Amino acid sequence: MTATAQHPFPDDTLPLRTQAAIVVRLLAIQGAWNYEILLGNGIGFCIEPALRLLPGGVHTPNFKAALARESRYFNAHPYLASIAVGALARAELDGEPPARIDRFRTALCGPLGSVGDRLVWAGWLPFCSLASLALFGLGAGTSAVVWFFLIAYNAGHLGLRLWGFHTGWKHGLRVASALGNPVLRRGPQQIGRLAALATGIAIPLALGRVIGPGRSLMGGVLIGVALGSLLIVQLRERFEGWRLSLFVLAAFVLISVIR
Amino acid sequence: MTLIEFLPLALLGGILGLDVVSFPQAMISRPLVAATLAGALIGQAPSGLLLGAALELIALETLPFGASRYPEWGSASVVGGAIFATHPTHPPGAMTVAMLAALATTWIGGWTMVKLRQLNAHWAARWRDGLEAGSRGTVTTLQLAGLSADLVRGALLTLIAYAILAPAANRGIALWSMDARLSRALVVATAASVAGGAAWKLFHSTAGARWFFVGGLGVGLFLLFVR
Repeated sequence: MTATAQHPFPDDTLPLRTQAAIVVRLLAIQGAWNYEILLGNGIGFCIEPALRLLPGGVHTPNFKAALARESRYFNAHPYLASIAVGALARAELDGEPPARIDRFRTALCGPLGSVGDRLVWAGWLPFCSLASLALFGLGAGTSAVVWFFLIAYNAGHLGLRLWGFHTGWKHGLRVASALGNPVLRRGPQQIGRLAALATGIAIPLALGRVIGPGRSLMGGVLIGVALGSLLIVQLRERFEGWRLSLFVLAAFVLISVIR
Repeated sequence: MTLIEFLPLALLGGILGLDVVSFPQAMISRPLVAATLAGALIGQAPSGLLLGAALELIALETLPFGASRYPEWGSASVVGGAIFATHPTHPPGAMTVAMLAALATTWIGGWTMVKLRQLNAHWAARWRDGLEAGSRGTVTTLQLAGLSADLVRGALLTLIAYAILAPAANRGIALWSMDARLSRALVVATAASVAGGAAWKLFHSTAGARWFFVGGLGVGLFLLFVR
């Protein structure tokens, strides 16, 4: 037998004030991130404004039980955690059985983590960063480069958080189907290709602008970059590139200062 | 520089350090933005952008996946950007020592983030009774405590790193013996090598990505040599 909702929430939408409070809190969802409950407290913190709408308000056992449940261990990509926040808020307000909500929370962790990592950290962020570097390399001004990056990145970032929250709220515990959205399924591949294109354009142009006018050094630098990249790819399991750069630059400084 | 002069820089480092993970993750902490803002604070935004672009190439490698330990670029870019911007004529070695200062700070910054997460875990354990009882005061306090601690972490890191590394950088620049363009070429070649390696790591498994990269490289080289 399947347990069902006790008293479905009468409205299709949350009050605007509650929505605004949740969306603002979503930006701070990782504020207390830790190795014990990971994102758990952040989920409770974000859902709390919605839980105030439970019958009887904040001083009832129902409210306290729901907040305690939602503040337990949880892990997800911080942007896509908005899907969980919307869905869990709906489930709590609909009075879904606690055991069902717990199972749903557990099931949601994995997909929301891996999809978000591929789409955002390994896709959208590098793409926006490389496109901005290409713009920088083409000679764009300081404000143009910075604003381009911030507007492009945050259009995706904020759009994803808002879409996630509304999708989660709309579908409740049936939100798994929303993870089949073409943007989430095929987005990482498409963005990956665009980012690869941007990498090819951005690296030589950015090199050119940082080094400055004149081409006498450029051939040697490009060969050095190709060999350096190969070395870093070879060393990738043993040594991170930024650490390697730290040691290379430290050695360079020592040589230049002592000489 | 007095403590009062350091404070705006420390505050900027705190705010940008907070952006890395805690709030609002709008990527104002990326080197391209953070170093430019630090440069703007010194009155030399274009210098900040120049260093930010070089640091951004290295930061491409950093993917902030969940519980993994990664460098903290926000506060570090403020330190590097400010050091570079205080030498607006870009004397030989200025970019190298500013990059080195930023990379050293990012290393320490990553360590401080681990400590912050341990502190948050300690608080979560201490307030477990409140969390299990569904106390909204406890949930909110834990969240605000974590956010505040992160802000303080970033500010202190920036303050201490800049106070130590800026004089060391000035000393290094004064003793620098290598040609300015050659120094800069070496720095940016190192950074671009990391970016190249990072790009391969990110996109090598994406179908067709290598052809997009080759096509982009052709366009990039063409634009570089015709401009």
